[in-house]
Amino acid sequence: MNYWPLLGVAVIVVGFLLRFNPVLVVVTAAISSALLAGLTVPALLALLGKSFVSSRMLLIFVLTLPVNGLLERAGLREHAQRWIGRLHGLTLARLLIGYLLLRQLLAMVGLTGVAGPAQTVRPLLAPMGEAAVENILPTLDDADRDELRAVAAATDNIGRFFGEDVFVAVGGVLLIQAFYVQHGIELTPLSIALWALPTAIAAFIIQSVRVWLYQRRLQRRAADARAESAG
Amino acid sequence: MLRIEYAYWLIAAFLLYTGLRNLGERHGWHAAFWLVLGTLFGSGDYVLAQQAAGHVLPAQIAGAGVIALALLAPRLRRHAHVEGNSAEQRLQSAIRLGHKLFVPALLIPLVTLLVALFGAHLFIAGHAVFATAQMTLTGLALACLVALFAASQVAQAPVHDGVAEGRRLLDAIGWATLLPLLLAALGEVFTQSGVGAAIAALAGTFLPTGSAFACLLAFALGMVLFTVIMGNAFTAFPVMMAGIGLPLLIHQHGAHPAILGSMGMLCGYCGTLLTPMAADFNLVPAALLELRNPYGVIRAQVGSALWILAITFMLMWLLVFR
Repeated sequence: MNYWPLLGVAVIVVGFLLRFNPVLVVVTAAISSALLAGLTVPALLALLGKSFVSSRMLLIFVLTLPVNGLLERAGLREHAQRWIGRLHGLTLARLLIGYLLLRQLLAMVGLTGVAGPAQTVRPLLAPMGEAAVENILPTLDDADRDELRAVAAATDNIGRFFGEDVFVAVGGVLLIQAFYVQHGIELTPLSIALWALPTAIAAFIIQSVRVWLYQRRLQRRAADARAESAG
Repeated sequence: MLRIEYAYWLIAAFLLYTGLRNLGERHGWHAAFWLVLGTLFGSGDYVLAQQAAGHVLPAQIAGAGVIALALLAPRLRRHAHVEGNSAEQRLQSAIRLGHKLFVPALLIPLVTLLVALFGAHLFIAGHAVFATAQMTLTGLALACLVALFAASQVAQAPVHDGVAEGRRLLDAIGWATLLPLLLAALGEVFTQSGVGAAIAALAGTFLPTGSAFACLLAFALGMVLFTVIMGNAFTAFPVMMAGIGLPLLIHQHGAHPAILGSMGMLCGYCGTLLTPMAADFNLVPAALLELRNPYGVIRAQVGSALWILAITFMLMWLLVFR
């Protein structure tokens, strides 16, 4: 058994750790792994070229860019922000769980770019969350603020990750399908996407429970603080 | 008949347009990058057809093109996405158009889904409208066209404005556009060079391969571990599938491919929540939110990731060997 091609994996790790351009790292890893497997340079080039063009389906998302660009110029993001901002009367848990649900549903219909750390968490979710925490615990220190922001970012990530694989045209599903096609197993993207649903539901419940526990922890601290100042 | 190749040609045209616009604006490296990529897309079918007929030269040239892309990528500065209009204009437009703005955005998934569900039953004068291969993706490409025309109606702007806006977004994303595709190609190269086989051999020496449970556990944990190491479930997937998933779970133990693929990938996503290697998701938000601990987001995710992993593994164990 030739174990040398495994060094290609090491190239990825070292290259990413040293912060080289990821495109360069990935291609270098492919080349080193193939050379270590004993491929000649012409065979290596052919393998690289064929693997690349047979994965072209993964770039199909660029066709959504003209639509998104046009809608964003017409104010799509501003409208979404105003719309979400108008939903008043939110507790911390309701805010985060509502956002989680919305994020998952949007990802499930392929709209992963509508929300995100830059688009929604920093301008909307984090400030709204901080306001909600202050309602519970007026003595908010820097560590608490950091924790709230981290929970908000985590909620955003989890909503996105465990929603997007339910959409048929997303990278993950297409990669699975492409792998099977290359190995002689024909599957429709829909049949793959469907099996992401149980985990999507589980992820929603787990993150919601954790957010709720986080809120309860803050409420207990507030109650303790009140008891202390009263006693 | 509508085939997926048309979608690739559409992408190629868009990439070449992006390249030419950059050329016109004298962004030489950007122009070269998009032109090479567009050419690879446009000629892909020819490359594959020639390869199948035993001529490897086009594939070799394509391989050289991929290396050229890798050398060009570090030259692309990620110039920030310059908005074409002011925030005030966008706000006014948002107030004027309201929920209408959601319609074209929602048309993309809707049309895609309709084609995926009913495309096979659509005939015009006895000819199938959609080719069966990759029908969903053909549907997605069609949906993007439909949505673009709808967006141009809603925004009262010509279609070519959309293409120009799309090009600006594409330039803002830059080389990162290429990563999913390259990671998939890397997985294929890893498989062909025997990385999967080496892992299978290692697994074979340590794993009781007769036990379906042990194989499934090794597959799921391997997905998590490789994702943590490489920062991306997309690279881990082909390696673990070639090493354990395909030979042991599907062929030997008869696992259901769709369930194994889907849930195996999701195990990898749990790994993404745990690793600083996935900088885009874990380190960038921490910086963006000005957290003092750069690993704060990961810390907030660990509990959820482990629970989701446990539940997904349990579901997979219950469902995959039906």
